[in-house]
Amino acid sequence: MKQAEIDKQTTCYHCGNDCADERIEQDEKVFCCNGCKEVYSILSQSGLCNYYSYNQHPGVNQSKATQRFDYLKEPSIIKDLIDYSDEKFTIVTFYIPDIHCSSCIWLLEHLNKINPAIYQSRVDFLRKQANIRFDTQLITLHEVVSLLDRIGYEPLISLHDVVKKQAFDKKDNLVKKIAVAGFCFGNVMLLSFPEYLGISVYEQSFRQFFGWLNLAFCLPVILYSGTGYFKSAWTNLRNKVLNIDFPLALGIAVLFVRTAAEILTHTGPGFADTLCGLVFFLLVGKFVQRKTYYHLSFERDYRSFFPVAVQVIDGINERPVPLAEIQVGQRILIRNNEIIPADAILLKGDARVDFSFVTGESVPVSKVLGEVVYAGGRQTGEAIELEVVKPVSQSYLTRLWNNEAFTRTQENRTKTFSEKISKYFTIVLLLIAFGSFFLWLPFDLPRAISAFTAVLIIACPCALALSTPFTMSAALSIFDKNFFYLKNTAVVEQLAHIDTIVLDKTGTITISGDAAITAHITATEAERQMIYSVCANSTHPLSQLICQYLNSYIKLNTNSYYEVPGRGITADVDGHFIKVGSAKFVDVMQAEALSAKKTEVHVSIDERYIGYFTIQQHYRDGVSAVQSLSSSYRLYLLSGDHGVRA
Amino acid sequence: MSIIYFLIGCSVLLALVFLGAFFWAQRNGQHEDLYTPSVRILLDDEPEETEPEK
Repeated sequence: MKQAEIDKQTTCYHCGNDCADERIEQDEKVFCCNGCKEVYSILSQSGLCNYYSYNQHPGVNQSKATQRFDYLKEPSIIKDLIDYSDEKFTIVTFYIPDIHCSSCIWLLEHLNKINPAIYQSRVDFLRKQANIRFDTQLITLHEVVSLLDRIGYEPLISLHDVVKKQAFDKKDNLVKKIAVAGFCFGNVMLLSFPEYLGISVYEQSFRQFFGWLNLAFCLPVILYSGTGYFKSAWTNLRNKVLNIDFPLALGIAVLFVRTAAEILTHTGPGFADTLCGLVFFLLVGKFVQRKTYYHLSFERDYRSFFPVAVQVIDGINERPVPLAEIQVGQRILIRNNEIIPADAILLKGDARVDFSFVTGESVPVSKVLGEVVYAGGRQTGEAIELEVVKPVSQSYLTRLWNNEAFTRTQENRTKTFSEKISKYFTIVLLLIAFGSFFLWLPFDLPRAISAFTAVLIIACPCALALSTPFTMSAALSIFDKNFFYLKNTAVVEQLAHIDTIVLDKTGTITISGDAAITAHITATEAERQMIYSVCANSTHPLSQLICQYLNSYIKLNTNSYYEVPGRGITADVDGHFIKVGSAKFVDVMQAEALSAKKTEVHVSIDERYIGYFTIQQHYRDGVSAVQSLSSSYRLYLLSGDHGVRA
Repeated sequence: MSIIYFLIGCSVLLALVFLGAFFWAQRNGQHEDLYTPSVRILLDDEPEETEPEK
């Protein structure tokens, strides 16, 4: 009880953050920042304080900088974002990453208490989407988004929202097909039951009746549920490929023809139960495969990270322009934390661009005026002005993303087991079927037909077609539990053929940003300052570490700065020539320096050796497990520095 | 035993009604979000606000 009371006083009522240093009070409640208090006031004014009663501290911290939504006033952008609109109301769906608890659902579905112009809002919790219907006359999209932002649920609006719509039409009614197949399967099983147990001679008329009914139930299975297999087999046949769908379709067709023949000629019950069951289970397998794939799929591409619009400077005015309309030569304004959408030349401002999205390196890169900044970088720091040199669709990053290496994989990838085998399987199957047909033909025609169809039915590769999706999805879900994500299911099979492992060093083996650095230098304060100034120019992780170590100095101007990748840097500071880099680069003679067991950075000023820094990087837990892999795989380490340490 | 014809007719008809109901639910989007309604049902409606007495 006491603990709870103390808790109440030191943590923010809205977001649950610790607010010992700075506390803002209102209505006897404590808040960590003005943002949180603001949200609380809006909610309490609208009588929505229930929000806080479902969960403790349901809010998300509001101290972060808010985005600007000015671009939502542009009609062309609005048109792309909304789902439906007429004079009375507009429907829009937002992706809101901050949805995380039942309070979020409750609040977002009560938006109309805050603003009555919002008629209805529905939350899809798992997709983190909110579907909002609002009055077109009374409120604009911009106001809706700002309202969401004010109560702490800022929608993430990316270029993906604009472009996605065309791609989403692909629906093949799989669930409906399964429903029909399941319906027919169940009924056929029921009607076949008397046949299994035997029908007495007096009730032979039922046999015919059940037979006709079974045949009737087979029709929707063939004509609706199973059409996918026939279509696929046909297109593949036309492309001269024999895939697994061909023997499947053949099996299904033969099953149906034989069932119909037997029932129509009153010679037997046929295989209606087998036929419906087969199609039903095949479709269920397909469904399971699709479900796991959707669960794990990583459908996001560069569009998910790009903004919808960018500020364009037009003389003195600035206005938001949709990304697709950005033209070469336009001046764009990029603020802190905004992504640069197109390759552009830096015109104004101090650009410190975080390219972690493109390269994985999170240390911001400084750019000088006039330098080309590639798309995909995130500006950190003050606003900068750039001139676009390439349209969005042709920028370096977009081209990288649409690179052939990614798209071509579809045709060029290793064939999966079932693809490889189905070709030979089909040929052998047809050979056996026709073989047995012609073997019996001279003596007994009915038996020849019966043998021919029996081979095709029995050898229908349903086991392979059924087991593949279930095995794949089981494997994927095991990977999923162990935080291992794959691009698609075909990769699972290819994993078995891996014989070489390449590891990335920084961040994978070592923990980046957590290295111990020790200095073995004999330098004056002025010299240390020079070393700092030189290293501050470089983005190499080691230089950054040295800068952190010597962070108390002020940067001096450097001239004739030159960096040799993987070796070191040279620069001129106040007339002194400074070399920082590997032992070879700095030309060290000392025996102690050649131990080469640790990462060392050597320094010389005016050809006089000053000393070196040792950097001891921390390894991630479980690195020793990597060693045990070397017995079965060839191991490589991708590293920018010392090979010895691998 | 001819009652069987009638009974089977009824059972098939009933099954068709269920199939139709499933199709209707599918088209209505009832299977699109299977999680949120389970939370939504636990959230109470607020009591109607009574006019403050003066």
